[in-house]
Order: sequence, then C-alpha cells, then structure tokens
Amino acid sequence: MIKFEDVSYNHPDGTNALNDINLEIPENSITAIVGNNGAGKTTLVKHINGLLKPTTGTVSIKNNNTKESSVAELSRDVGMVFQNANHQLFADTVENEILFGLNNFGFSEEFIKERYEFVIELFNLRKYENISPLKLSGGEKKRVCLASVLAWNPGILILDEPTVGQDELQKTVLLEFIDQLNKNNKTVIVISHDIEFLWRLQPNIVTMSEGRIIQIGSPEKIFRNKELMEKVGIVPPQIIKIFEGIGIKDKTPLSLEDSCKVIRELRNH
Amino acid sequence: MSVKDLIRFDNFSFKYNSRNDKVLEDINLNIKKNEITVLAGPTGCGKSTLLRAIVGLIPNMYEGEYTGEVTVDGIRIRDAEIKEIAKRVGFVFQNPENQIFMFSVERDIAFGLENLSLEQEIIKNRIEETMKTLNITHLAKKAPHELSDGQKQRTALAGVLAMEPKILILDEPTSLLDPKTATEFMELMNKLCKEREMSIIIVEHRLDLVLKYADRLIVLSNGKVISNDTPENVFDYKKEVIPELSVPFSTKLYRELAKNSMKFSKPVTGVEEMIKEVKK
Repeated sequence: MIKFEDVSYNHPDGTNALNDINLEIPENSITAIVGNNGAGKTTLVKHINGLLKPTTGTVSIKNNNTKESSVAELSRDVGMVFQNANHQLFADTVENEILFGLNNFGFSEEFIKERYEFVIELFNLRKYENISPLKLSGGEKKRVCLASVLAWNPGILILDEPTVGQDELQKTVLLEFIDQLNKNNKTVIVISHDIEFLWRLQPNIVTMSEGRIIQIGSPEKIFRNKELMEKVGIVPPQIIKIFEGIGIKDKTPLSLEDSCKVIRELRNH
Repeated sequence: MSVKDLIRFDNFSFKYNSRNDKVLEDINLNIKKNEITVLAGPTGCGKSTLLRAIVGLIPNMYEGEYTGEVTVDGIRIRDAEIKEIAKRVGFVFQNPENQIFMFSVERDIAFGLENLSLEQEIIKNRIEETMKTLNITHLAKKAPHELSDGQKQRTALAGVLAMEPKILILDEPTSLLDPKTATEFMELMNKLCKEREMSIIIVEHRLDLVLKYADRLIVLSNGKVISNDTPENVFDYKKEVIPELSVPFSTKLYRELAKNSMKFSKPVTGVEEMIKEVKK
C-alpha cells in the first residue's frame, strides 16, 4: 500500500506545489491521476519513488517511510516512465538502454535474458535493437522507455502520459499489458490526459487541481460530474456524452459492443 | 496547379542516407488555402519526414535521395533558402520547451521578427497584436519557467504567428495539454485559420479532439498516402480503416452500427451528429 498522510510540498524557491494530500493506493490496483496542467500530478508521483520528499507529512510504501530510503532502494520497487522520453534515454543502443536497469540491479544472467526477450517482443522493438534510441520517432522512444522499466519487473509502476505519440494498436497493447500486470499483483499508477484511454482502462480516478486532491471515484462517477470536470480541466469521454445526449442517464455501457446493443434496443422500441 | 494550392507534392519520394528503405514513396498531395488538414498514421509512417519536406529541413538539413517536387506557395523547396520558406511556413513543435528560449514572452516573440529585419514600429505592433489574439498580453514580461504548459504552448505559437505565415504546422499540439485547454486551443486554431486565410496542418494521434475542426484527413501508412479526403468520406463504413488509427468513439460506433444495417444519413465523425442520428 502507498500512503500519503497530510503531505505538502514546497519547491526549493518556496512555491507551494502540493497541499494537504491524504491518499491511499492499495496494492494490486490501477489508479489514474487526472487534472489540469500544473495541478501537481507529476509532483505527487515523484514522491512515490522518492525523487521528491514531502516538506511536511509522510509518504510510505508498504509501511516504509520514503524519507528513510534512497531513490536507488525505492526504484527497485517503483518503476517510473517519464512523460518526456528524452529525459530518460541515454544509452547508445536500444539493447543497452533496456539492459542498463537489469544489469544494475544485479539479477541473474538467466533472468536478464528472459526479461529482455520478453519486453523486446512485447513492445515490437526487435528491429531497433542496435540503433540509438534517440534516432527513433517520438512514439518509438516512449516504447523503449516502457520496455526499460518494465524489464526489471517493479511492484509499482508509474506511467506519466504513456499514450502520447502512440497509435491505436500500441494503446491496445498498453491496455492489455496494464491489465496483465494488474493480474500479476502489480500496482499501476497512470497520469493521463487521454480520457478515451482512461475509459477503456477503467481505473480508480484521483482528480487534482492546484496541488490538492479534489475527488476520488470511478470513471462513471467522475466523468458525469460536470462541475468537477470544469474545475480539474477535463472533458468527458465521447461515450458518456453520446449516452447522456440520447437520454441514458444511469449506467453508461463500457464497451463498443455493449454500446451497439443499447442503441439497437433503443431503436427497436 | 490551382491558385488555391498552397502546398503541392508531385511524385515525391525520400530516402535518408542513414536508412535502407524509402521513408516516403510517390507522394502526390495538394493542400489548399483556408483549410485545416489533419495528418495521421502509425508511429514511424513518415509523418515527420513529410513535415520536414514542407519546411525545407529536407533536403537542407537531412541528407538523402530526393525525387519529385515539393512546392510551397509557389516556391520549389529543393532550390529555396530556409529563410524564404520560414517567411511562409510556421512550425510549432510538440514540446514548446524546445522552441521558447528568450528570457521573456515578449522577447521570444520579437526574436523571429528581428531576424526578418523589420522596422521597430512594425515589430512592436505585431508583438502586441499577436499577444492580444492569443490572450497572453498579461504574460509579456514573464520568463518561460513561470508559464504553465498551456501558456508555453501559446507563447511558442505566438513566436510563429507573429511572422504571419501562410501555413502553420502543428506537431501533436494537444498532447501535453489537459482536455479543456486542448479544446480551447483547437477553437482558437479554427478561428485563426478562417480569419487569417491560413492553411493549418496538424499531426495528431488523438483524432477525438481535432476531427471536428478538420476539413481534410490525410492518412499515411508505410510511407504512402492511403487516404486523403474529408473525415466523413475517410470513415465511411464501406471503407477500410487501418487498425493503427485512433478512430474517435462516435465514429467507431457509427461504423459498427452501419455495418449491421442501421441507416445513417451520412458518416458520423462527432458526438453531436451521433446523438442526432440515434434520436431520428
């Protein structure tokens, strides 16, 4: 369990970035953090892998206070994929980029080989193995970052805007993969503006604005609250707008298939 | 060439020296005045190369085999100086931080104009006018690090817009913006396109946010143009759509229902049309 208790954070220049954060993220859950630009989403997640330490209050991972652990210790358990791939990539080839974390954590050769093969296939990177990651397109770089972090199999995975620059097939791979991670007892935290992707993912949603948590709830609950969405700078997914527009005010269908069924029934009546 | 064509590709192909295969092959396109064109396609399909060919980075900065012609506002890109192209084409990068480098918003907007050796009075007027259009006048003295992501995006856009380009290219302009700011940004683009008679080209994966404003959708796949039509015609249920394309939910729903014999008056590319069709 990840626990924030009365956390506030001020930047070194004194400006306040987080305020009065109380949040519990259970193990083996999928959580999305949404909110307008500058709401404090990235600052919040940087507290989980210890890149930032709270100014007041405590952040604990499995009852261990992050103030008492180093980033190196925390990162074995907390993998983070940054929004901007260029801030993360540094090795001369895609292969070395992926192997870096694996080698650094001192895993067995057999494990390293197995994990390497797994992620290189999963993210469709085989043809780029010997190319510099910086020569790839934006979407491809992002896949290298994902592969590098997922390779060492951390218990908590933080993805900052993972769908940026990804096409539909890659998004589907990502969805399936998050789902699979979750089935394997991983905790996944996603920061995303991609509301359509979040509807498909159906995570627990934490909304933020001006350094505070505003509300936590299911996608259905959050995306139907117009006042809340205005405040946190998001718009509902198209599926919510369509079904509200045709007068289905209670339960929005989850999938395309269900949506077709509901509309056909409506038409037949 | 029609007088309305601002950009033309005629049998254009390009192969980077560092790669074995052609990134773009036999491209024929014409992009008109006053239109918003959305360019979409899988990662690595050649979108960035196409943009580089418009702004002249190809062949000026990237070496390779160049065949066919690219013409922008009547000038042949292959023979043109970057300066000539820059007067006509403005490019806003995906990450505005790569574009803003002066110590204040005002100075950043002035930079490009000063390079064109314009008179001080004209420069001053253009800066004021552009800041007003983009609603950033109150940010004039702010340093880039004091700006929010949305404000940075507007500042990067201001620097380009002040040069009064005929063509504006935006590379995934909404990807770093929250959905509300992204929608406001697209409304602004739509207004500018009509008011200033510009041609705007937007590269975007998230079609749900931009399709509403698009006069035309061009889909690239494996270096070739596979669709080039109005969004309605591209997404007609009788036509194939490549699985890599992030089709908006309303359009997916239309295609699925239409394939199963529900009648629609025309292909659906937005929420409002879908509601109207179902309520009929």
